[in-house]
Amino acid sequence: MIRKPWWKIASFVLLLYTCSYGFLVEVPSPPGVPLKETIRNLFFHVPMWIAMMVCFTVSVVYAIKYLRNQQASDEIYSTEFARTGTVLGILGLVTGMIWANYQWGKPWSGDAKQNGTAIALLIYFAYFVLKGSLQDEEKQARIGSVYNIFAYFMLFPTIWILPRLAESLHPGGLGSEGNPGLNPKDTTNSMRMVMYPAFIGWTLLSVWITTLQIRVQLINHKRLNDA
Amino acid sequence: MHKGIKMLNLLLLLASSSAVKAQEAVAENADLMRSNGKIYVVVAVVVTILLGLFAYVFNLDRKISKLEKNS
Repeated sequence: MIRKPWWKIASFVLLLYTCSYGFLVEVPSPPGVPLKETIRNLFFHVPMWIAMMVCFTVSVVYAIKYLRNQQASDEIYSTEFARTGTVLGILGLVTGMIWANYQWGKPWSGDAKQNGTAIALLIYFAYFVLKGSLQDEEKQARIGSVYNIFAYFMLFPTIWILPRLAESLHPGGLGSEGNPGLNPKDTTNSMRMVMYPAFIGWTLLSVWITTLQIRVQLINHKRLNDA
Repeated sequence: MHKGIKMLNLLLLLASSSAVKAQEAVAENADLMRSNGKIYVVVAVVVTILLGLFAYVFNLDRKISKLEKNS
């Protein structure tokens, strides 16, 4: 049967709540704020970034663990979390572009946030290119782990610091006073009641999918070693 | 939003001169799925996708568990 099911059930329940009540909760539409109903993206687009940050953080922790004791399983954990994180980042970028098409007039405005995220994701793409280009498994793991640490620390200037310094079209983008996600004044308490479950639910789902990947890789690894 | 739509319906009812039109407007809001700008239809779609997605992931989890037992 399914392993350690309680948090998987929690993920299902939280997302069921998010995906139903998320459409029904009253949203504020104060004059001057152009978000209108698209503010509901807070329950779908924003959690992608939260889940991505969680995945990349777990990935870098396992990369450091690998460098300390060269356990092959740590390498697999690190790679698969980076993979899910990258997928979530792409999903976040694409959903952001769909939204920007209707909110800013075009999908790509060269906004500080869009450019920063694109750079951060390209750095992670390079992680997979780098690993794929190395034949020797141990070299792949070592160089990959070192690069992973670099990629993780590049996330901070590209998606946390630089977009805060620049004037941005993104909600909450008020220059240096801005919040990179959303102006907290635009949300309400009832929206937060959906937002936090959404963050947790989407993160748990992405962790679940990653564990499936990890388990497949572990079986593969074991088979290769036995053969 | 609820209130806005109710007001809109009320206006529609008032504005429609023929009784037939008024009846249609009432019929359109007869059940839950057609109320609130039909947002419940979107909810149904998203919930169905979510159920399918979770059924799929759950199934994968079970298959991998079986593989783990065998190897």
